[in-house]
Amino acid sequence: MAQTELSVPGRGRGLLDVLSQRYLLKLLVRKELRVRYRGSVLGMAWSYVKPATQFIVFYFAMGVFLKVGSDIDYFAVYLFSGIVVINFFSEAFGNATRTLIWNAQLIKKIYLPRELFPVSAIYVSVVHFLPQLVVLLIGALVVGWRPTLLGVLAALLGFLLTAVLGLGLGMLFGSVNVYFRDAENFVDLLLLVATWASPVLYSFAMVKDAFKHHEWLITIYELNPITVAVQLFHYAFWVPVGGPRAMEQMPDSMVQTTAIGFVVALVVLALGQTVFRRLEGRFAQEL
Amino acid sequence: MATPRTTTAPVNIEIADVTKSFTLRHQRSLKELLVASVKGKDLSNSFNALDGVSFDVHEGETVALLGFNGSGKSTLLKLIAGVMHTDGGSIRTRGRVAGLIEVGAGFHPDLTGRENVYMNGAILGMSEQAIEKRFDDIVAFSEIEKFIDTEVKFYSSGMFLRLAFSVAVHSDPEVFLIDEILAVGDEPFQKKCLARIRELSAEGRTLVIVSHDLDMVADLCDRGILLEKGKIVADGESHDVVKRMRG
Repeated sequence: MAQTELSVPGRGRGLLDVLSQRYLLKLLVRKELRVRYRGSVLGMAWSYVKPATQFIVFYFAMGVFLKVGSDIDYFAVYLFSGIVVINFFSEAFGNATRTLIWNAQLIKKIYLPRELFPVSAIYVSVVHFLPQLVVLLIGALVVGWRPTLLGVLAALLGFLLTAVLGLGLGMLFGSVNVYFRDAENFVDLLLLVATWASPVLYSFAMVKDAFKHHEWLITIYELNPITVAVQLFHYAFWVPVGGPRAMEQMPDSMVQTTAIGFVVALVVLALGQTVFRRLEGRFAQEL
Repeated sequence: MATPRTTTAPVNIEIADVTKSFTLRHQRSLKELLVASVKGKDLSNSFNALDGVSFDVHEGETVALLGFNGSGKSTLLKLIAGVMHTDGGSIRTRGRVAGLIEVGAGFHPDLTGRENVYMNGAILGMSEQAIEKRFDDIVAFSEIEKFIDTEVKFYSSGMFLRLAFSVAVHSDPEVFLIDEILAVGDEPFQKKCLARIRELSAEGRTLVIVSHDLDMVADLCDRGILLEKGKIVADGESHDVVKRMRG
């Protein structure tokens, strides 16, 4: 029985450990979904009802009353393709921040790679993202959307970018949240801003117009990976139906902004992992 | 004096000069932090839960960690399990360590008994195949076949304990840590658990047990280590150490 070497308990290899614990990850995701919908009659149907309500509210408020929709063709597709990205990001980031607190009982009693919790939070948000994507696809198909190779690639990249950023930020704020519960309130604040800091409810052309004398403000706006992800989704679902008039409203260099978006998101992930590992040692006694 | 029987066996748990202190923080509101920083007052004070503890546990040994409340037993067990990290010194373990720091720590009330067996098995480091293979044994040992597909929140505390303990003893670890869990359950089940623990020990597994049932652990373990205020004050044959503890 003594074939293995002595090793220090409770020191993992960070996110790499999650790869070797895929079965446990699957069970944690399943548990989280089960717990989320306990005693609920509608269950998973809530993940359709919520975005649908959100969509209707924004469609009338922004599109009809404030007349943003008159400048944007196929405003419904434009709006919803942005909303699904924001919803995915909000849930991924928000849950990844709180997941350590929710699983405090487990963390205090048993050692398992703690990175499993934020990663499982991301998986849960993917499960809720997929039905919204289906609704978006159906809506887009009705108004004449047909998939293009570049479009599908853009959607995949947008999805990946959002997931990486959500995980990185979630690990960063989640580990701080163990020590100071202020972090989760701060995250709620950030998520409130996130909806408005990206071209979801208005067009990118309006931002360019407003900031036309301050190029650097446009640059900052474009550096936000969520802006990039939203634009990738617009490119995937809205541009094919909107045609050349829609393409005019997109940024000039999608390839460049996408590349920068990924660099930013990966830096955030590396930072999140570093802070998480630094703070992880005291999770069990601080929770 | 360590037990002579195991001195030639390889070391499975190596504990070298371990210290662990906890910071006792008072409420931290912004106002209090500000006031404290202006007045230069330290808002925290700490105490040493473990202070320079060193010992080795060899393969196949059964060790009882003894001591009164607050002596650092549970802290030591959590450090061995990897739940917490040491402040000073080092701990190294060999092979898979399964800790029953608390019965059913990984159990979720909204999942059924069956789901919890899989979940807890995986948490204790079992593979999917290993759990499937042992599933029937686990349920049979717990004697709650009828309720296995009921949500755990409807279980009585005894049923809950039986299932949790059953998963743990079937998880096949090299090092097995048990904290104060034998005090629960009715007598026949307790006897069964003790028999199972003796079986594990006979298979050459390493056991570290914390319990306040002194006679029971003295009979179960060959070696006793007595902790007092975070320091080792006795290490020897379990009955001798218990005698010394009782004064």
